[in-house]
Amino acid sequence: MILGRAFEDMCAQMYYRGKMFGFVHLYNGQEAVSTGFIKLLKQQDSVVSTYRDHVHALSKGVPARAVMSELFGKTTGCCRGQGGSMHMFSREHNLLGGFAFIGEGIPVATGAAFTSKYKREVLKEADCDHVTLAFFGDGTCNNGQFFECLNMAALWKLPIVFVVENNLWAIGMSHLRATSDPQIYKKGPAFGMPGIHVDGMDVLKVREVAKDAIGRARRGEGPTLVECETYRFRGHSLADPDELRDPAEKAHYAARDPITALKKYLIENSLASEADLKAIDKKIDEVVEDAVEFADESPVPSQSQLLENVFADPKGFGIGPDGRYRCEDPKFTEGTAHV
Amino acid sequence: MAAIFQGVGAAPALSSLPSNSFDSKNILFSPRRSFSVRKAPSFVVVRSDGTMNLDLNPKGRRAQQFIANAVATKEDSSAASSSSKPGHELLLFEALREGLEEEMERDPRVCVMGEDVGHYGGSYKVTKGLATKFGDLRVLDTPIAENSFTGMGIGAAMTGLRPVVEGMNMGFLLLAFNQISNNCGMLHYTSGGQFTIPIVIRGPGGVGRQLGAEHSQRLESYFQSVPGIQMVACSTPYNAKGLMKAALRSENPVILFEHVLLYNLKERIPDEDYICNLEEAEMVRPGEHVTILTYSRMRYHVMQAAKTLVNKGYDPEVIDIRSLKPFDLYTIGNSVKKTHRVLIVEECMRTGGIGASLTAAITENFHDYLDAPIICLSSQDVPTPYAGRLEEWTVVQPAQIVTAVEQLCQ
Repeated sequence: MILGRAFEDMCAQMYYRGKMFGFVHLYNGQEAVSTGFIKLLKQQDSVVSTYRDHVHALSKGVPARAVMSELFGKTTGCCRGQGGSMHMFSREHNLLGGFAFIGEGIPVATGAAFTSKYKREVLKEADCDHVTLAFFGDGTCNNGQFFECLNMAALWKLPIVFVVENNLWAIGMSHLRATSDPQIYKKGPAFGMPGIHVDGMDVLKVREVAKDAIGRARRGEGPTLVECETYRFRGHSLADPDELRDPAEKAHYAARDPITALKKYLIENSLASEADLKAIDKKIDEVVEDAVEFADESPVPSQSQLLENVFADPKGFGIGPDGRYRCEDPKFTEGTAHV
Repeated sequence: MAAIFQGVGAAPALSSLPSNSFDSKNILFSPRRSFSVRKAPSFVVVRSDGTMNLDLNPKGRRAQQFIANAVATKEDSSAASSSSKPGHELLLFEALREGLEEEMERDPRVCVMGEDVGHYGGSYKVTKGLATKFGDLRVLDTPIAENSFTGMGIGAAMTGLRPVVEGMNMGFLLLAFNQISNNCGMLHYTSGGQFTIPIVIRGPGGVGRQLGAEHSQRLESYFQSVPGIQMVACSTPYNAKGLMKAALRSENPVILFEHVLLYNLKERIPDEDYICNLEEAEMVRPGEHVTILTYSRMRYHVMQAAKTLVNKGYDPEVIDIRSLKPFDLYTIGNSVKKTHRVLIVEECMRTGGIGASLTAAITENFHDYLDAPIICLSSQDVPTPYAGRLEEWTVVQPAQIVTAVEQLCQ
């Protein structure tokens, strides 16, 4: 959680210093959800997120260096600089994205869960119990793809957990103004799956609920809908002036900062000392500093990268007038060809 | 008047028998016994002057080709005459099914998802029997949620499966546009090459028989700008099976466009395994005077017009472009360099259709070789009306093709 918070704070700094551009959505305040869920997963389990995906990536195991480089648009980024803030992917850690349009990641997550079931039942890999977690927000819960996927996941008992990060705001649209029935967890039973509400500012409570839901999915009992009540301390993105939200509301949730809460719990229950916690803070700062340094020093993508990765099989660019496949033209590897 | 009568014992292939020496005994004569010819299918071609050609070597008759029916049977002899097995006859939808079934047997990761593909066997029976054979999970009946199940297919493709997503009618895939544009085409790139999406999206489209505007759509023009996908259109049982197999084996996302009116075309296709290259165009009829580029159902309107044109003394070269994205600029270019005149016949709308892109591509690449401006015949920019005659007037008809060629060749 500390890594998530420190990283996001550094992102803000870097953004204002002109090291990264575009739309950057920070996760400050919601760390308990990411840590509470993702830390229970194995490497082969999959995570699908939205544009607010930096911390999901970090929790899943993507190195801070790779994420920071990606944000700086460098070729050492996890997506070679081609994805950016909103499109974090990692094959190694099974992070399936990073999606800019809300709701479009949920079917992809459903597909990953489908593959898990397929592997077990059709390909007969009996020990395949991979689970997929789909993270999305309150705004997405009014989107068709959400409901369509709840239906399909319940219908086929797919090993997936739908995690709603309800931070009450979709940019400037309050959840209460957009939703006929704002209690999202109630929508689970309508589709035949359990719907659970949890305090998303308390990482231990989130973890308990996550254990149940992920366990259910692993045993093949089907999907669960978990609504985490959480809050983002910053604006929707770094471009959002955040003027609409009531300061009283912000103060209320700031008082429930998950990191502060966990620190207090650890100290009160003698699980760690102040010194231990300070050491963690320091270590994380070093990790983040190192990530920035690494990203700064990494090379910018060269033009030769422009046309790579458009197709997995570059024959897809077709046959040119000279009879050769266009991808054999050296201009393609240089990136100067016109597609 | 008595021409040489080539009897049973004669060695070379039979060419034309004079009409007055033509009697029923000759028909019973079996070429395969007396000539050491491979067991190639023999074609009987009816000429307009009444004589019959019992033609044993399909290659030899190319110079005087005269097509007896509007549906062009596969002329290209490379598969037909070089195979040692006789091949088998089937309908286009069966060819698609055969291709799909063979790939499903070959690779257990290939699966199908779509509405009514399982128990119902597919709205055009392309997946008939597959659910019984491979199970309900491999041939998945989905609820009516195109955007979501297409996205599900994409997620499955990213995590190791090779799904085929069927749009019950291509038009329904408009609902899946989000997934096809954002995820299908782009994810390989935005993930920096980490994830491949070996998905095949297929379904029937095009203008049918009075199906109404919404069921008569041509989505190839809408998807052609999406980067990262390939689009192919099948038109004969041979290329339907070949393209289906090639698409399933490809690591790229491929959209395979089928046409509602072509599912019952019959053709004899080879028994052995073959694929049709996804990026190549198909030479349907070589010629000298004009290049006609077409695809899908319009191929048959073109071939029908070709009959008329040949009678009028023209020699059109007909190419089925097959690969709608990317274009096979080699085959197309060679043709343009030979004939210097291009006519594009398509079923897309005029505005922003495949023909529009093709016109631009040809002008850019082969401008110097053109003796006349390119003529592009497309459907009218009109929602397809229900009334039969009105519907006829929205798509290109053979008579228009003939007129266009005459205009080009002035």
